[in-house]
Amino acid sequence: MFRLEARPQASKTWIVLTPILAVVATMFAGGLLFAALGKDPVASIQLIFWDPLFGEFAAMDRVDILKKAGPLILIALGLSIGFRAGIWNIGAEGQYIMGAICGAAVGLAFYPMEATFIFPLMVIAGALGGWAWAMIPAFLKNRFGTNEILVSLMLVYVAEHFLSQMSLGLLKNPEGRGFPGSRNLQQYASASNPELFPGTGMHWGVIAALVAVIAAYILMNRHLTGFQVRVTGESPRAAAFAGIIPRRIVVFCLGTSGALAGLAGLFEVSGPAGQISIDFNQGYGFTAIIVAFLGRLNPFGILLAGLLMGLTYIGGNLAEQAAGLPAAAIQAFQGMLLFFLLAFDLLSNYRIRRVRRRVVPQVTEPTASQETA
Amino acid sequence: MDFSALSPVALIASLMVASTPILLAAIGELVVEKSGVLNLGVEGMMITGAIFGFAISVETGSPWLGLVAAMVGGAGMALIFGILTQVFLSNQVATGLALTLFGLGFSALVGQSYTGIKPPPFPRLDIPALTEIPYIGKILLNHDYMVYISLGLVLAVWYFLRFTRKGLILRSIGENHTAAHALGYKVIRVRLLAIMFGGACAGLGGAYLSLIRVPQWTEGMTAGAGWIALALVVFASWKPGRLIIGAYLFGGVTILQLNLQAVGVNIPVAYLSMAPYVITILVLVIISSDRKKISLNAPASLGRVFHASN
Amino acid sequence: MKIFKRMAAGAVLALGLAGASGAEPLKVGFIYVGPVGDLGWSYQHDLGRQAIEAHFGDQVETSYVESVPEGSDAERVLTQMARSGTKLIFTTSFGYMDPTLNVAAKFPDVKFEHATGYKRADNVSTYSGRFYEGRTVLGHIAGHMTKTNTIGYIASYPIPEVVRGINSAYLAAKAVNPDVKFKIVWAFTWFDPGKEADAANALIEQGADVIMQHTDSPAAMTIAEGKGIYAFGQASDMMQFGPNARLSSIIDNWDPYYISRVQAVLDGTWVSTDTWDGIGAGMTGIGEFNKNIPDAVKASAAKLKDDLASGAVHSFTGPINKQDGSPWLAAGEIADDGTLLGMDFYVEGIEGELPK
Repeated sequence: MFRLEARPQASKTWIVLTPILAVVATMFAGGLLFAALGKDPVASIQLIFWDPLFGEFAAMDRVDILKKAGPLILIALGLSIGFRAGIWNIGAEGQYIMGAICGAAVGLAFYPMEATFIFPLMVIAGALGGWAWAMIPAFLKNRFGTNEILVSLMLVYVAEHFLSQMSLGLLKNPEGRGFPGSRNLQQYASASNPELFPGTGMHWGVIAALVAVIAAYILMNRHLTGFQVRVTGESPRAAAFAGIIPRRIVVFCLGTSGALAGLAGLFEVSGPAGQISIDFNQGYGFTAIIVAFLGRLNPFGILLAGLLMGLTYIGGNLAEQAAGLPAAAIQAFQGMLLFFLLAFDLLSNYRIRRVRRRVVPQVTEPTASQETA
Repeated sequence: MDFSALSPVALIASLMVASTPILLAAIGELVVEKSGVLNLGVEGMMITGAIFGFAISVETGSPWLGLVAAMVGGAGMALIFGILTQVFLSNQVATGLALTLFGLGFSALVGQSYTGIKPPPFPRLDIPALTEIPYIGKILLNHDYMVYISLGLVLAVWYFLRFTRKGLILRSIGENHTAAHALGYKVIRVRLLAIMFGGACAGLGGAYLSLIRVPQWTEGMTAGAGWIALALVVFASWKPGRLIIGAYLFGGVTILQLNLQAVGVNIPVAYLSMAPYVITILVLVIISSDRKKISLNAPASLGRVFHASN
Repeated sequence: MKIFKRMAAGAVLALGLAGASGAEPLKVGFIYVGPVGDLGWSYQHDLGRQAIEAHFGDQVETSYVESVPEGSDAERVLTQMARSGTKLIFTTSFGYMDPTLNVAAKFPDVKFEHATGYKRADNVSTYSGRFYEGRTVLGHIAGHMTKTNTIGYIASYPIPEVVRGINSAYLAAKAVNPDVKFKIVWAFTWFDPGKEADAANALIEQGADVIMQHTDSPAAMTIAEGKGIYAFGQASDMMQFGPNARLSSIIDNWDPYYISRVQAVLDGTWVSTDTWDGIGAGMTGIGEFNKNIPDAVKASAAKLKDDLASGAVHSFTGPINKQDGSPWLAAGEIADDGTLLGMDFYVEGIEGELPK
């Protein structure tokens, strides 16, 4: 018999080791999957994990990983703050869409005027758009006690319909021959978010993500608000005694995550994506939830988790093209990677002890249980 | 506007069909959540059920065997979630999302050779004299069997949770797993069983789509139904009876919207497509503004990790 | 494997066979917006890819990436393809337009073919199908086959491509059956089998006994088969989903175009062009007529198809008024491509409002 013993503190060694173990395990399981599909497992795994980092075109691929990870990290950081407080915003996808729409709308309103104030204005509009969309579940939670998981999730669908409506209507490119989709902001200098140093992938969104990592770290570890957020999540009763007003925490957490998701949307629409279109959103808001947990809700962990997710996307596309793997296999592979990462996480929080089988006592002692949300 | 062309009887009949997959998935998830576990992977389990059900029906020619396979497939996926969250103590929200990702990919892989095939037809209830009864016959007595099975399942879950000892144990574990454990109940075993039941129901819901409502297999065919099932559970404030109302309301708005268009009523379609989601939010607000009730129904341990350290 | 290939190539050289002449195979790449198993848009493009492989054998090597979102991901995948030696790339969705041009500018010696777009460059061609010609034939059959004089139409998004299809089908149906009515349901999705099935049911409930669709899944076809009414295949043939219901189908047939473009690259004659082909060039295929269609209708539909192919008949030949009664085309006048490409109005006789 084995049993688990909670560690008083997460093991530093295992925190580093578990992701590596998980990746190795995924390589084996994924290799079996690829072999079952009749593909060369070693070559496929190499295409996914090795080539983007160290292959022939790694310089290009690393840039793409950064670009792909940027919005994931930005959104995940915002979400992690709420998750620490036990506030479950799972509608970041909707806030991401609304940020993109609001930001792009402001930019397009000035078309074709060229002025330096346009882009900053778009950034503000993007953040506000995401913030406002997140304020709906915040308001309803505070006013009526409505569950924010559900409201924020439902609002994703509303935002998606609104997005297709905007692509077909108000924001449609008047010179686009009737096709849905807005003008391409990449071709409108004042509203575009290009790479600041060509070839590095560093656009404003990536920079914002990196700045946000540090800001989130300071906020959560060095600032009173961060402390209040953590106390609220760990012990609502203690929070009440400490005079923390839960409603403010709700507004703060949802507002921050909404604004960051909105920013991510704005940077994406004005940069890599270029335009508002019916299929503009690609599930970053949902993937970011996984990124937040993989990073253990820690800003630097989220940075690494975002980069790892980015790697599997870039490498996945490479494997599809070069090895002919179906997209579905890559999706299943990503799922497996997440399973292993989540499963091995156990080792950093618990110790496995070997124990002799005992006679089960008639009356079990009251036990303490480890509760984390 | 000419509404007279709309036949309420036909509307109700078709909304029942449209709502059945989400009702099935939701009743499973309700049991899971009542046991204190939040599984966001409903979409992944539904789509797995859809392809398992489809593949086995096609291979064996028996839609019933297909349904069994769908339940096994859904429960199998749920078991992955169960082992990860209950044994490896992983976070439920993240694991559920990963399950959806995996399920969508896995089902598409399994289904590669099943696109473009027709499944065997599914038997429907047809009692010669009764089905002919005006109105009631068409609304109540002229569906495929699964519609009745789904309603029966809701009834059974309601009875189980409310009147049986095992149901009480399940609820108490959802309320306070520490106390339940102290009383000697097997928290993890009960939760694993609940999770697998939820997976089986989601699998059935998926198979309903691929075998009856559409019927065909295409990648990603659940198109978000699993998420709606999740919303329904909270919408119903964890009460099986309300689940039926919620599912039929949700299906009803979509069906009504499509029918109004077919009749030729000029409606702002794009905005009406948002209506089911907005209405769900409104109903959520109305239900939850009655705070006492919702706090009575929501399982207190929902989403929390249980680890007995004896 | 590599050694074997080299040996084979050597043998070809030694025997002095023409064609391959030991050269590296031409790498041809495809990116699809959906999965190849969607049995619709992306599936048909992939059939085109397979046709290239079958036709050219060892002379080509194809690869594809499916389910690529439009935008930055497309740009990245295109770059990955171009840099790994792919010399001809087909980008098969409208939303790939700007990414295609961006990548094309960086790789001037790679040739790009962008489906349904309108921006070209020296190394970027565009191509699309005149699918409305196919809908004229389908509308003709539908007008004859409906007993209730009600044809249901499941539309996706109100964009010119879809509106054009509705108009051409309606005009053709109206020409053979003056009492015909179109009931149009906008699904606001390209792909949602459940919703498409519900829409088909709603239309049948309102008396439609022939269903046309401009959404991607075969859901409506299976519903039509179950209810014993008629429908048409969309994008792919869909015969297997409704052996009795499927009257005919409109098929996106990219094979001839793809083969000719690969040939042009092999011959060194590839130049940037704009292609909008219909039934004549075989890009718009009409599926086999069902046995349920009376012979007279089969004959008239076949004749209509031939006339459209030869150019003797145009789907939009005046006099045609717009929905509000204002004149669009005078008697005998033929619609110009510009208006067709931007079509944002119903023709006279269609009921309901075009969603904006």
